[in-house]
Amino acid sequence: MAKMVNLQIDGKHIQAEEGKNLMLVARENGIFIPSLCYYEHIEPPLGSCRVCTCKLNGKAGPACTEKVAEGLVVEVNTPELNDSRKALVEMMFAEGNHICPACEKSGLCDLQHMGYELGISATRFPHLFKDRVIDYNPSRIVMEHNRCIKCLRCVVDVKSKEGKRVFNYINRGNETYVGVDYAEEAKLTDEEILNAMHICPTGAIIVRGVSQSEPFGERKYDQESVQKHRPHAKQPAAQRPLVNEKKVVATVSLAGCFGCHMSLLDIDTDLLDVIELVSFDKSPLTDIKKFTNRCHIGLIEGGCCNSENIETLRLFREHCDILVAMGECAVWGGLPAMRNAIPLSECLEEAYLNCVTNEPSSTIVPYHEDLPKILDKVYACNEIVKIDYYIPGCPPDANHIWKVVKNLLWGEEYSILYSEFKYD
Amino acid sequence: MAETIQTIFTEPAHTQMMNRLWDLQLLNGYIRDEDITQLASLFGLSEIEVEGVVSFYHFFHRQPTGKYTIYVNNSIVADHKGCQRIIETFERETGARLGSVDRSGMFGLFETPCIGLSDQEPSALINFYPFTQLNAMKVKDIVGRLKAGVDVADICDQPQDNIRFTPADNKTLFFRHLEAGASITKAQALSPDGVIDALKISELAGRGGAYFPTWKKWQAAKEQGASPKFVVCNADEGEPGTFKDRVLMNACPHSLIEGMIICAYTIGASMGFIYLRGKYRWLLPRLEATLADYRKMGLLGKNCNRIEGFDFDIRIQMGAGSYVCGEETALLESLEGKRGEPRTKWFFPVEKGYLQLPTVVNNVETFCAVAQILDIGTDAYLKLGIPGSAGTKLISVSGDCKLPGLYEIEWGMTVAELLELCEAENPYYIQVSGPSGECISIKEKFRRISMLDLLARKDIRCGGSFMVFNKDRDLVKVLLNFAAFFKQESCGICTPCRAGNFIIQRKLERLDNGLAIEEDLKELKTWGEIMKTTSRCGLGKTATNSLILAMDKFRDYFGEKLDKSYNGQSMKFDMEAATREYETYKK
Ligand SMILES: Cc1cc2nc3c(=O)[nH]c(=O)nc-3n(C[C@H](O)[C@H](O)[C@H](O)COP(=O)(O)O)c2cc1C
Ligand code: SF4
Ligand code: SF4
Ligand code: SF4
Ligand code: FES
Repeated sequence: MAKMVNLQIDGKHIQAEEGKNLMLVARENGIFIPSLCYYEHIEPPLGSCRVCTCKLNGKAGPACTEKVAEGLVVEVNTPELNDSRKALVEMMFAEGNHICPACEKSGLCDLQHMGYELGISATRFPHLFKDRVIDYNPSRIVMEHNRCIKCLRCVVDVKSKEGKRVFNYINRGNETYVGVDYAEEAKLTDEEILNAMHICPTGAIIVRGVSQSEPFGERKYDQESVQKHRPHAKQPAAQRPLVNEKKVVATVSLAGCFGCHMSLLDIDTDLLDVIELVSFDKSPLTDIKKFTNRCHIGLIEGGCCNSENIETLRLFREHCDILVAMGECAVWGGLPAMRNAIPLSECLEEAYLNCVTNEPSSTIVPYHEDLPKILDKVYACNEIVKIDYYIPGCPPDANHIWKVVKNLLWGEEYSILYSEFKYD
Repeated sequence: MAETIQTIFTEPAHTQMMNRLWDLQLLNGYIRDEDITQLASLFGLSEIEVEGVVSFYHFFHRQPTGKYTIYVNNSIVADHKGCQRIIETFERETGARLGSVDRSGMFGLFETPCIGLSDQEPSALINFYPFTQLNAMKVKDIVGRLKAGVDVADICDQPQDNIRFTPADNKTLFFRHLEAGASITKAQALSPDGVIDALKISELAGRGGAYFPTWKKWQAAKEQGASPKFVVCNADEGEPGTFKDRVLMNACPHSLIEGMIICAYTIGASMGFIYLRGKYRWLLPRLEATLADYRKMGLLGKNCNRIEGFDFDIRIQMGAGSYVCGEETALLESLEGKRGEPRTKWFFPVEKGYLQLPTVVNNVETFCAVAQILDIGTDAYLKLGIPGSAGTKLISVSGDCKLPGLYEIEWGMTVAELLELCEAENPYYIQVSGPSGECISIKEKFRRISMLDLLARKDIRCGGSFMVFNKDRDLVKVLLNFAAFFKQESCGICTPCRAGNFIIQRKLERLDNGLAIEEDLKELKTWGEIMKTTSRCGLGKTATNSLILAMDKFRDYFGEKLDKSYNGQSMKFDMEAATREYETYKK
């Protein structure tokens, strides 16, 4: 029997076998350390995502590549560490092209789940919009390079009978991607192929015909957080604040789909209460085209894809005390930003000239001095003006939106249920 | 046949991957599809694995690179010395656009980061032969001759050592005469434990940049039970602005080899490797010749130096253009014929290094120092330098100074003295230890160069690169050059470095374009700190060092770069640039 050693995790005294992986020890003791690449049976551990970074005897390092030793002192939940870990997950969202509403893995995805657990509402980093392809060449899988977080799991774990790798990194640095060996992939059994999809923490490895068999859109997995005490969770409100003044709200949909506005209305009969408390100024809900008053809050849906969006957004900034980016498109570009990795000319041709529903030879790309000009890419709102708050989601949950608004207007405390804090 | 490597230990076949790829690259100018297939079956790998290795290294290509492959250095010093003009001239003369091959397939033109010739910029490699101090005329002449069929080897330059300074009164440690085998005999007299003691007394710390006590590393390797053990010399010298190892390997390769033999003797190793960076291919003949001499003299091979049972030989492994392969665990991966991805800290190289066996990795300068220290004795060594920081240090000086070159200084010299020695011209800031090191302002010129007081940032420890920049150099452009370097050289295995360096570069571009606001500077700093604490290896951990320091030290300068029209509400937006694509599409 292995020697037992004493260690401390966030002040909790723990005994464990010497040399055992710290991540495993923490798990066995009910302590949550965020992780993405760590996979119990892969040895030596991969240590690629760095999301498990803790303080180990005072020095920052990943928990998953640490062997426990006598006297080891581990800090997991400090404000800085929590923030660094959150930043790393944000980096993955900024680096890849993650469109959760269009992703087969949504609801089962470890990356997405980690986003919820760490309470990410907007990535602090600019999205990189790197052009990546989707590889349809393998016989049974589709490799969605936009979603790969380079965790190394598939590279190390998926091997053919002769022990040859099926997946391997190609290139280096930010050009790195996971290449598939088509010949070796063809040799895998169906079970091994499914395993490849399952070990992938994201929706990068998709098995044809399998992953879409469950309906998406109805799914709401992870109703509960895996953490008993989420560090960032707010406590529920005790009392309702006094409301004496009707507040003015403006809303707009820039490069969005009006989905966020639809969601805004989705509080059903509560809407009647809301009308008592706020009045709407410039907004598609009132059809008021020009600002008539100074507003307390401006709710922005959508990013900026043309010159008019920029002007409108600036106008909102001028007229509103608080600007809230509502929904993914406003936060970082969202679905319309899918075009950011593609040259504008190709987008225009696809949309206006080569579109299947067009009548051949009677098509043009619209251009007129009175028309807004299309920008080179879709810009997030915070690239144009200062944004005060962000509400994530595609679309955000109606309750989430109103809780934020009420908090901002009347300081009403709120608690967002785990299930309301969703991107998908 | 005393000259060939003794087969003391037979390495597994796949370790020959890099060598095979080099052969093919040099033979055909690129790696062909059929090569990939053949190598895969030769080494029992899938093709994607071979592709993975090929695509990792800058010098392995999957497309033809011309009969003459030209790599122009684009490091910051080269940039300041006009490498852009050199590239343009090459483009005009060869007809090849940068990053491609001319129509006839004769010339391929590429950029590459620092080739270790910062004291003779602008410089380039053609078919891996060095060409230094280029100018438009010289480029024209070179291309003309190549077109006329002259052999590259016949017209290349022999880079100068440029040893500008050694301590007065013949106190040089590295360039003193060392009798062949002398230091090995002294090591033998000391016994392995005695060697470790001597290194402990002399407080020799690794010269590859991390300054880990050499004796500790050797001791740990010596105590390992597993065998065989290995000695690896890190001759990857990738830090831009560094060329000390180049000079050592050219001027005194024998002291390097003796240092390695002493290490092998001490820890009980049976095989050694010199991992030589691809850009120093031109040093290969000299190193091979010295190794052959040492074999002839019986100092390498079976019973080295007539020590019964001490069998040891050295093989040279060429790197292929990857800075991160200087990181010791990445180097080991590369040595095994794989992608040069740094390992995790699950095992240390002294426990499980090359082929998962105990391995000592040391820098060229470290091994040379060991041989010399044993030869002169620790007493003499401790008299060099200052108390607590004994010995001398090799510093590669480049940039805005009249006398770029190699300086062997005693520890304790001030930055000001060194600036005076190299006749720096209007120095304003200095990049010490390369992009991953520390940038200092001229206001700090009285700091001593030593291994003391590091935490208080009183003295400064120099890894070997010392780049001087004058007041007219654009600091943001310098930092952008560094950011581009790290982005390109990141191995890509961990998130903070792979994505972080890209993000930092984007942000710096905003700053360079006058679009940044105060908030951006704050973000650069905190993001840089996150990369520091979370990256897997030293590359990511140090990539933002200089940036963070520079923002503190040159606050006014950065202030000037910000968008001053920002009112806290609307950011500057270049509408004309953003709509240009649309407008031109219509035309
Ligand atoms: C990104 C990176 C690059 C490095 N490059 C080199 C190098 O070119 N040469 C070198 O000797 N050490 C380099 N090192 C340091 C090595 O990892 C290692 O510390 C060194 O080879 C140990 O030798 P020493 O103890 O003699 O210094 C590098 C480290 C990092 C993180
Ligand atoms: S579900 Fe996961 S993989 Fe899919 S887009 Fe969202 S984060 Fe990316
Ligand atoms: S494809 Fe999936 S398993 Fe493979 S590296 Fe990418 S995220 Fe990890
Ligand atoms: S820090 Fe950079 S170079 Fe080092 S392991 Fe991570 S990605 Fe690779
Ligand atoms: S879980 Fe530890 S680095 Fe990924």
